Amino acid sequence: MRSFFISLQSEFYKSRKTLAFWSAILLPLFICVAIALGFIFKYENLLKHPPQILWFYFLSPIVGIMGSLLLPVLVIYNTYSITNMEYKGDTWKSLFSLPLPKLSIYASKFLYIIFLTFLTMLLFAVLIIASGHAIELFRPQLQFGNFNPSEIIFKSFTKMFLSSIGIISLQFLMTLMWNDFLKPFGLGFLLTIVGSICANVGWKYAVYIPHAFPSLTVMNIMSSKKGIEFGIFDQAIANSLICGVLVFILGYFILLKKNIK
Amino acid sequence: MSRFAIETVGLNHYFGAQAVVKNLSLQVPKGSIYGFLGPNGAGKTTTIKLLLNLLQSPSDTVFIFGKELNHNRIACLRQMGSLVEQPAIYAHLTGKENLINRCILLGIDKTKATEMLALVGLTEAANKKAGKYSLGMKQRLGIGLALIADPELLLLDEPTNGLDPNGIIEIRNLMLELTSKHGKTILVSSHLLAEIERTATHVGIINKGELLFQGTINELHNLSKPSIRIEVDDHATANNILSSNGAEIINEKEGTINISYTGKADMGNYNSILVKNGVMVYSIGTEKKDLEHLFLDITSKN
Repeated sequence: MRSFFISLQSEFYKSRKTLAFWSAILLPLFICVAIALGFIFKYENLLKHPPQILWFYFLSPIVGIMGSLLLPVLVIYNTYSITNMEYKGDTWKSLFSLPLPKLSIYASKFLYIIFLTFLTMLLFAVLIIASGHAIELFRPQLQFGNFNPSEIIFKSFTKMFLSSIGIISLQFLMTLMWNDFLKPFGLGFLLTIVGSICANVGWKYAVYIPHAFPSLTVMNIMSSKKGIEFGIFDQAIANSLICGVLVFILGYFILLKKNIK
Repeated sequence: MSRFAIETVGLNHYFGAQAVVKNLSLQVPKGSIYGFLGPNGAGKTTTIKLLLNLLQSPSDTVFIFGKELNHNRIACLRQMGSLVEQPAIYAHLTGKENLINRCILLGIDKTKATEMLALVGLTEAANKKAGKYSLGMKQRLGIGLALIADPELLLLDEPTNGLDPNGIIEIRNLMLELTSKHGKTILVSSHLLAEIERTATHVGIINKGELLFQGTINELHNLSKPSIRIEVDDHATANNILSSNGAEIINEKEGTINISYTGKADMGNYNSILVKNGVMVYSIGTEKKDLEHLFLDITSKN
């Protein structure tokens, strides 16, 4: 267990100066600030809406784009960046020649990518709530404070985070197998588009396509009663977690047999 | 308890159908500097990767300090430090951060990073991004990373690549110090015999995946038998005279003949016989094949 934690600590130490780490933090910040500025400068049309709708207007573009594109792309990018760090410096060989179990090295990298995604989702949730209240400071007419959206926001982002586990596991496996930018990125994008289309046309087998899970999750959130009555676990989330576990185990056995060149 | 730091028994490795390591039986004695020699593409790096378990090896073929590698991977690697091919470094981190990261992974005190920087002469460049280091500096950092855990066994794959003459001498002295003062064992690969000759106590010569020679540096020297080189005006006549007097002709070229060296007295006799038979002897002396030629001879055999 100690090996796992020191590997995880090293992942943080190595990546803290990379774009992958900072994009996990700056992306939610940038998007929330941009939307908040829109609310502050174009507030006239929003005055007539009750606070619940104001929150919905703030949240829906983020959640909408997140499910169809942003979350899969973010996950594809983070996974690529974290593994590419090792390819770029030709450091896989030094990592695997250290007295550390292969499982620790493999699991710490996988969990670190999951952590980065979790961090982004958490920051989105926190920053959306903070932005709503900040808007009210500049435009007191927009009474964000009269409705508490915490539960729906945290539930939404928890659900979206869980929906990304399947994609993370597949992308992680692809980047371990191919020292290449195009294959994991290209295939990831293709699967995202296919998944998004399959989810949106309501194809019944979309629930088995990992790259469709975020789209299915967002559709589940948006179509829920009053926009708030949805459970965290549904078929897509369950499949995402099953996919994550199965591909993680499969990847480990592939790694055990793999020659580090 | 094995007296070898590294022992391989009939080790084979294939890239697809191509055998890149063939029936290799290395024996690296503890406390030695083992020069692992071979031309480019001979299988040196592949062998080192097999010793580090980066490439899969069959069970019971690789032993590190007497322990079978596949079943004792962590215990074996704990005793090893390595530099394989070009140094593996994170370009976006500074030299010091690269060493600190290694300290984190090995669970050792981070102050070791500063010590290593001083040892490999990178103190002044400690806070410079490693990606901006020269090739020689990267090589030094790679050596620092290999040494940081104070391992019993060091595997250095062409460690002087990219180093200037001063750097080469420093690495040479460091290797000598590590073995003589600290009892470490070093396997150092190179394609240059001259580089190994000055430090190695033992030598293994590999070509096309096969080990062609293994022994002490003195045993390698002994392979190089001296000959007598005679420069004459008429080599055909000289050849007949020397042959009829029992000399073993090694080779003859226009104006020079090489015969086997059998002693000083014989050399004097051959000289006087030639002169008495009217052959003009311009020069006569012993000639010993240098190790570089010997190396070429050995590696050209397979």
